[in-house]
Amino acid sequence: MKGFSVSKAVTALMLAGLLLLPLYSYLSGNIFILTLFTRIVILALAAASLNLIMGFGGMMSFGHAAYLGIGGYAVGMLAQEGVGSGFIQFPVALAASAIYALVIGALSLRTRGVYFIMITLAFAQMAYYVASGLARYGGDDGLTVYKRSDFSGLINLSNRTQFYYLCLACLFGVIFLIWRIVNSRFGLVVQGLRSNEQRMQAIGFPAKRYQLVCFVISGTMCGLAGALLANNTDFVSPAVMYWTRSGDLMVMVILGGMGTLFGPVVGAVIYLLLEEFLSQITEYWALIMGPLLLLIVLFGRGGIMGLLGRLDRG
Amino acid sequence: MLLVVEQFLNGLQFGLLLFLLAAGLTLVFGIMDLVNLAHGSLYMMGAYFAATFAAWTGSFLLGALLALGATLALGIVLEVSALRHLYGRDHLDHVLATFGLILFFNEAVRLIWGPAGLALPLPAWLTVPVPILPGIHYPAYRLAIIVVALLVALLLYLGVMRTRIGMLIRAGASNREMIGALGINIKLLYTLVFGLGAALAGLAGLMQAPILTVQIGMGENILILAFVIIVIGGIGSIRGAFLAAIFVGMIDTLGRAFLPNLLRQVLSGAAASTAAPALSSMLIYLLMAMVLVVRPEGLFPASRR
Repeated sequence: MKGFSVSKAVTALMLAGLLLLPLYSYLSGNIFILTLFTRIVILALAAASLNLIMGFGGMMSFGHAAYLGIGGYAVGMLAQEGVGSGFIQFPVALAASAIYALVIGALSLRTRGVYFIMITLAFAQMAYYVASGLARYGGDDGLTVYKRSDFSGLINLSNRTQFYYLCLACLFGVIFLIWRIVNSRFGLVVQGLRSNEQRMQAIGFPAKRYQLVCFVISGTMCGLAGALLANNTDFVSPAVMYWTRSGDLMVMVILGGMGTLFGPVVGAVIYLLLEEFLSQITEYWALIMGPLLLLIVLFGRGGIMGLLGRLDRG
Repeated sequence: MLLVVEQFLNGLQFGLLLFLLAAGLTLVFGIMDLVNLAHGSLYMMGAYFAATFAAWTGSFLLGALLALGATLALGIVLEVSALRHLYGRDHLDHVLATFGLILFFNEAVRLIWGPAGLALPLPAWLTVPVPILPGIHYPAYRLAIIVVALLVALLLYLGVMRTRIGMLIRAGASNREMIGALGINIKLLYTLVFGLGAALAGLAGLMQAPILTVQIGMGENILILAFVIIVIGGIGSIRGAFLAAIFVGMIDTLGRAFLPNLLRQVLSGAAASTAAPALSSMLIYLLMAMVLVVRPEGLFPASRR
């Protein structure tokens, strides 16, 4: 693991780019790119949280967008009720996501494999319908967040640059946390469970409890992304929980490289830039995106990080 | 009384429709071990084909038949060109690849038919109310759906349990290497099964089309319900899918019809009218959660390989 490698260089380049982006935006006067990348950074955070359970824990959750909605609705509903302080909104968003993850995880982890994929999907869809039924908070039409979370002068979320750096700091913080988790005893147990659950249980590890804790951590992280996303769009609607959004997150993780630390970030950047790029060429961008996904699955094993790793080994 | 009978039949009709969709999904999963998210797209295509062909030919029945053939053909093309290469791969790969197909189909439909929905008008002879009990009438078309779906379910059962092809399908589900070794053309069998599943989805779509509007994304919501059904019924089990489909159809329909009134007797009017829609759409997921707590493998798990 020493010396130069292509994957390290690409990662470093990308991180430097993300750090310096506001400077570029300021110099070139291109405000749109900052808005676009704020969204990318937030969704990269969500993808990184999904990667924790999917890549390292082997739990294929197809309902991760639910946390985006829960975190977002926590912010939106509190703002609607007159609680504007971010010091209340964000903890509530995280706690709500954690509780949801605990309940859903406890039920879903009774199953494995395809059952797990379908059940997490079905529960997220349930969350979607519940949000659509919230007549007081806009129902189907969604809820406008008139005032962004207020951190009493500490940081101003309405300032584009400050908000971008807040999101970036959250992303780096979460990745650092994931790195620590993955290399801790706890993380090693979870990864062991991915490889061979029976053997781990035979050694005496309570498999489900470890997986559930990991599932809750991941959900809480994604709830943070949801709270940021609601602030970014000033709006939250059931659509953020729709199952295609969960699919998007999965694609980002796989595209970047499952079970690698920075893979989801690379995946999110490329996927969303591609979406942006294709939608500028043609209104029917999904017509290209769909088959592209199929090709990536068929021919691109291990995602972009896997590809770079192969380059390194020559 | 009238309302109860009517909603009961509506639930049965919806459940049978869900069965047609779930049967294809569970067959494809049970035999090829393929998770096909694009199954909902085939349902959508069935509806679009039917609306188009019915407009061309001027006949509902002819349009429906042509649409059935078209979805069958589409399913076969899809299997041969793309999905065949996914067999034996990780389930996650299936999910992603077929997710890509959904994007493709939705966009293709938008390109060809435009973003606005289509309508599939019924012929006059299917719109008359039919007396089913003294004083109770029920729309002929919904009755026809029940009859057709029951017939298809019966044919499917006989086909799988009593014919040579059905025997091969069951054999393929329990040990695919062995039946390949016995000289059965397993590739052809897989294509056939996938085509059958596609045709069932198309049938469900084209029968539902006159009741709802034909629109983009119509297959996605119902696909989730089909997932719930095969999870409840046990993946790979047609019998489980049938019972679970009827169960889910009933609970969903009856819940939506009667839950608001029930709630109104317990809660205040305003609270009830807020909670009812959310609660009734949650019902089947709660049911699924309960089934999972008791039987994580579903009610009728197919025998393990």
